[in-house]
Amino acid sequence: MIELYEQLKQRYALGEISVQRFDLVFITVPRENLASLLLYLRDTEGFTHLVLLTAVDWIEDNKFQLTYLINNRESATDLGLRVIIDRDEASMESIHDLWPTAATYQRELKEMFGIDFPGSPRIDEDFILEGWTEIPPYRRDFDTLEYSRDTYLERPGRSTSDPAQHMKQLFYPEDKD
Amino acid sequence: MDKKTHKDPAKTSAELPSVDLNPPEVQPQKPPAPPAERTIELPEELRKRTVKGPGGVEIEVEPLRDYYCEAPPTVMPAAYSKIVEDLFNWARAESIWILGFGTGCGAIEMRPLMTPRYDAYRYGIQWRPTPRQANLFVISGYLSVKTLKRAIRSYEQMQNPKYVVGLGSCTINGGMYWDSYNTIKRLDEYLPVDLYITGCMPRPEALLAGFMDLKRMIRAGEAEGANKYAEYFDWYKANQKRVIKDWDMPDYSW
Repeated sequence: MIELYEQLKQRYALGEISVQRFDLVFITVPRENLASLLLYLRDTEGFTHLVLLTAVDWIEDNKFQLTYLINNRESATDLGLRVIIDRDEASMESIHDLWPTAATYQRELKEMFGIDFPGSPRIDEDFILEGWTEIPPYRRDFDTLEYSRDTYLERPGRSTSDPAQHMKQLFYPEDKD
Repeated sequence: MDKKTHKDPAKTSAELPSVDLNPPEVQPQKPPAPPAERTIELPEELRKRTVKGPGGVEIEVEPLRDYYCEAPPTVMPAAYSKIVEDLFNWARAESIWILGFGTGCGAIEMRPLMTPRYDAYRYGIQWRPTPRQANLFVISGYLSVKTLKRAIRSYEQMQNPKYVVGLGSCTINGGMYWDSYNTIKRLDEYLPVDLYITGCMPRPEALLAGFMDLKRMIRAGEAEGANKYAEYFDWYKANQKRVIKDWDMPDYSW
């Protein structure tokens, strides 16, 4: 994988590399290079399978990180490409022309994170949520608990207890500490 | 934790401490939801439009009004004499037909129930593929808002008399999905629940015990969920519309 990185580095501007395992490596790439890099990796280097496309909300840096995980079946290696995009009016180039299945991931990201992928098929249709009116729910500034309290009525009488305290009380009730 | 809950596989709603199934008196009044920022439009096939018939006749079609009956349900009175009603109730209790609609993970408990290991068929309980043939709707676990919409439509398409059983803690107070942005927490806000079966998941034995309880309730004439739904129809509809923001169906479909 390191050879591949060195080889790619001569042709593309690449960011930092993080080696998780001998068969799993993540590389940060500039967003302009992503499509050509994916095309090259798919057609020449044998990374034919798009495993997943997901996002991470780095709210402190006001950034989204997109992770494109691709797999080479021949050598059983995974390569993750990370792209950092702006959080405000987040938008990214669609890769549905490279992998048609990416369109589904992109619909999900549009709905759950509010990241737009212009040109992706059916990108504006509801995917999982229907009639969602708040900010996208996977953004970290969306307060799930508060929304749930405001929207759905609760049944009184619900209580929680710390498991450690509960078991202690159950088995050693005389032990006060 | 109360030890009794472990011994008792099935608990009826009456045994649950803080559950009151009478809707209008106990429900806390919620302020109306703030106006939605995003307006949701009806899908194209449900919008009012003009279609051309044979011979160039132009016909105005408003699908939500024209394709469905809008009449709300009515309360079904009991039979003219108690002995006849008792006979009816006995017959109803002996033929519980369940709608094959699994809404959450609890649907997995239906397979062992209907197969030879637990064989619910020996009690006159069977599963039907369509709401038209079913009279018991088992809400088998958490309901997302999206599924709630389908559950309401399925429930309304079932014929009277009909019953609803809430299965698992998710239907009672949200269970482990109590802080989820997308699942309801109290089923009886939206559908008239006759009986709850506690557990996460309830075992098939608990379901069988629950069905026996339901049979007793039906024979005693206590399973009046459908009539309650008709009586407090506006209250149920208001609750349903509060969480289903893109209401793109008729108010009552049957």
